[in-house]
Amino acid sequence: MRLGASDTRAGSNQLTPLQRMLHLDGPLLTILVALSALGLTVLYSAFGQQFSEVEKQMIRLLIAFASMLVIAQVPPATLRRWTPWLYGIGLLALIAVLMIGVSGGGARRWIDVGPFNIQPSEIMKIALPMAVSAYLASQPLPPRLPHVLACIGLIAVPVGLIAVQPDLGTAILVAAAGFFALFIAGLKWRYLVGGAVAAVPGAVTLWFYGMHDYQRDRVLTFLNPERDPLGAGYHIIQSKIAIGSGGLFGKGWLNGTQSHLDFLPERHTDFVFAVLSEEFGFAGVCLLLALYFAVVARGIWIAGHAQDNYARLLAGSISLTFFVYFFVNIGMVSGLLPVVGLPLPLISYGGTSMVTLLAGFGILMSIHTHRRMWSS
Amino acid sequence: MSGDRLKDSAGDGRVIRWRLLMGLVGVLALTGVLGGRLAWLQVIGYQHYSTLSQNNRVRLVAIPPTRGLIYDRNGVLLAENVPAHRLVITPEQVDDMDQTLKRLSKIVDLRPTDLERFHDLLRQQRRFQEIPLKLQLTEREVARLAVNRHRFPGVEVKSHLIRRYPLGSEAVHAIGYVGRINERELRQVDASEYQGSSHIGKTGIERYYEKALHGHVGVKRVETNARGRVVRTLDRTPPVPGKDIYLTLDMRLQQAAEKALGDNSGAIVAIDPRNGEVLAMVSKPAFDPNLFVNGISLEDYRALQTGKDNPLFNRVTRGQYPPGSTVKPFYGLAGLELGIRKADDVIDCHGSYSIPGVDHRWRDWKRWGHGPVKLKQAIAQSCDVYFYGLAYKMGINAMHDFMTPFGFGRRTGVDLPGELTGVMPSKAWKRRERGKPWYNGETVIAGIGQGFTTATPLQLAYATALMADDGKKIAPHLRRMTRAPGADRPQLDPPAIPKKDDAIKLKHPEHWDEIHKAMQAVIYSPKGTARALNDSAYRVAGKTGTAQVFGLGSNETYKADEVPKELRDHALFVAFAPADNPRIAVSVVVEHGGSSHTAVPIAGKVMDAWLLKYGGQDATGGK
Repeated sequence: MRLGASDTRAGSNQLTPLQRMLHLDGPLLTILVALSALGLTVLYSAFGQQFSEVEKQMIRLLIAFASMLVIAQVPPATLRRWTPWLYGIGLLALIAVLMIGVSGGGARRWIDVGPFNIQPSEIMKIALPMAVSAYLASQPLPPRLPHVLACIGLIAVPVGLIAVQPDLGTAILVAAAGFFALFIAGLKWRYLVGGAVAAVPGAVTLWFYGMHDYQRDRVLTFLNPERDPLGAGYHIIQSKIAIGSGGLFGKGWLNGTQSHLDFLPERHTDFVFAVLSEEFGFAGVCLLLALYFAVVARGIWIAGHAQDNYARLLAGSISLTFFVYFFVNIGMVSGLLPVVGLPLPLISYGGTSMVTLLAGFGILMSIHTHRRMWSS
Repeated sequence: MSGDRLKDSAGDGRVIRWRLLMGLVGVLALTGVLGGRLAWLQVIGYQHYSTLSQNNRVRLVAIPPTRGLIYDRNGVLLAENVPAHRLVITPEQVDDMDQTLKRLSKIVDLRPTDLERFHDLLRQQRRFQEIPLKLQLTEREVARLAVNRHRFPGVEVKSHLIRRYPLGSEAVHAIGYVGRINERELRQVDASEYQGSSHIGKTGIERYYEKALHGHVGVKRVETNARGRVVRTLDRTPPVPGKDIYLTLDMRLQQAAEKALGDNSGAIVAIDPRNGEVLAMVSKPAFDPNLFVNGISLEDYRALQTGKDNPLFNRVTRGQYPPGSTVKPFYGLAGLELGIRKADDVIDCHGSYSIPGVDHRWRDWKRWGHGPVKLKQAIAQSCDVYFYGLAYKMGINAMHDFMTPFGFGRRTGVDLPGELTGVMPSKAWKRRERGKPWYNGETVIAGIGQGFTTATPLQLAYATALMADDGKKIAPHLRRMTRAPGADRPQLDPPAIPKKDDAIKLKHPEHWDEIHKAMQAVIYSPKGTARALNDSAYRVAGKTGTAQVFGLGSNETYKADEVPKELRDHALFVAFAPADNPRIAVSVVVEHGGSSHTAVPIAGKVMDAWLLKYGGQDATGGK
């Protein structure tokens, strides 16, 4: 794959009508729609053929795609101008959620604003990579240590606020988004290695002082699921059985026994991947991974063709963060990673994170379709 | 966009694109790791996880077979399976349990104990499991619930089959009953066959033929969800119902016999001497077996067990009575056959007997004696002195050896559980059982069926049947026919006669006739002890007996009227008829009946019922 922006030949760099008028990227849109369709198919089975639930999810998808379409119309320069405001609002909202947030499931994640709830950590998923990208783009690259430390500050504050809600999954995603922007900007290897070395005592401290019991429990259970086969380990054991029993081609759509007989926990949301694996087997898994990889690859391609550093960093960060999404979820469901509450992007049932996700792809599309063509 | 920014970008662009490429390679690598992990689970681990998945979801559920029915020889239903209804509640389908119970109590009679048990189970069981609220609903309650069904989500009426004995206490000791299976019984049977069954035969035919009646358990494979609730049935192997059993009993005869015995405690057995079929079998007092089916209350059970007359006790197979004078025809036969006395030898009976060297006089029941008697008179008038001397001459071991083939002292092998042997004493027996030597005096009283000798009513009937048919061996039995599930008609299914039980062969077969004549004289001679039957429409042969409940001193006289009922002698009578072509052999024991005169007419009524009414011309064929 060539990532050269200097390619001025007609063809790939010519805007198509879809790109010019709707500011949508055809390939990316196609993959996203394909993933959504796959997701609806799996959910129909996971819900025991209740179409009403699938319908709700379709409406959420429509809203999410609409938000993508809206954001795609906003030129990157405008996004860049909004960045400090968005980051500031997000930060304030995160502080607010800790004070006046709505509790649910042992965590405080939402603010009640009349007709609906706002989840400030979702704003940060977009605002943080925008802020880090904007900051780095205004500095010479690769970033020097003071700038790196400034970026770490930009990242650490919201991530810390999200982690104490507690919402480990989102905190990881937000931190990853910021880190990827730094990484793409050319973060020196020695900083990386230094950071990794510093992370060890940091992790130890986090283990003893920064984690809730249930989080520690998840990590321990991850390390040894049989530790508590009927408690916390049950989910992982049952989801591994679901995946493994799918075999090469699966038990067939609507025929997953693990999922339909309630052995699988959270089968509509965080563990929906197990349903897919059980019913469509390794073949279905490979299809899903291929589609996901295609999304990342297209995003990177767009980043590579972007025309300024802000756009490149932001597009690259969004694309790589998407990888974290599915890597963490699939890794968790297949017992490779500890159980972290992250949905499977575009497949899991639920709305909020999907709107944010597609808003991010809206930014990618905006970046790609607002290029100035040399020829014009 | 300003130009310098573009210039900047161009310089930084290379670094960024290089990093983007690295990122993409990293993503590819890690996605590959995911793919590898999934291949590990789905391709390499498939067998393992597939098995786990199957074990997760599939459970085996036993389907109990339907128990075989029991009929009498004419197809009268003796044990059946009837639907019973119980009220069950599935908690997870009930919104407001208190309200539901309150409203239910207006329709169904709910006792505090029902509610107590229900609340106990409600705490213990899982939410989706049915909890029985009331076990036996009346028809009226079932109807009311059906009408109000829509008002009670989660409340159901469930039906199952329970055993019922339509004739209640009639022939209860033969049929037996089923009850809830217990731990000990479960260890004795193939537990897998009983996975779905709650009941097992406890006594009688129900127990003896448990295996045939029970049938084979079926199984269905069901899919269950994570909470253990059955979602659907995958496949099923249907159970094989138990076999229906047709007894040899004729319930009309049985009822006649029970009526004849009346309120007396005692036993009656009627056997067809030609084939061993037990035609009637009465043990009194009796009880209602239906009490046991769904668990008898403790008070009821105590009352039955400790009752003075012990209704649960099967006197026919387990009541060991001194046979008294009913043994005399057999010893008379022994005397002839062993060449000790001829039929015409005359013994002078003066009312007592003594043996040399022993300072004891054994008295005849007739104080002044019978005078000179031959064998025939001795049996007809039941002269004790004749048999005292005969026994003394034979010796106990010879008596034992002669009597054993007639079934004394050993089980008849009838198809009922728990049959006892009675006692046919011998010197070896006494040494073994009592650790003492045999005394000659004990031989003397054995000659009139007293002392150590005991026999069950069934043994007496069996011996009488052997006597009636000149020693032709039979196996007494209650199961006449069996019908396999699905078969149209029942098949004859009598037991095989044990090899060791060859026919009793006499050196002089004419001796049979000699004794038969003597037994007829019991009824037809002027001084016969069973003259009450001498106007029967057929010719009867028989022998009376009394079994002493307590001993009398040698100078005391026994007067039934002066003795309290529980100390009175048992009255016995054995008979067969018609004498020249016997179709029925009967034994009657009337506990504390006083004199044998109480037993004689009872046997007469039984033989009348069979020979004149129910037995037909050929009593083998009920049909």
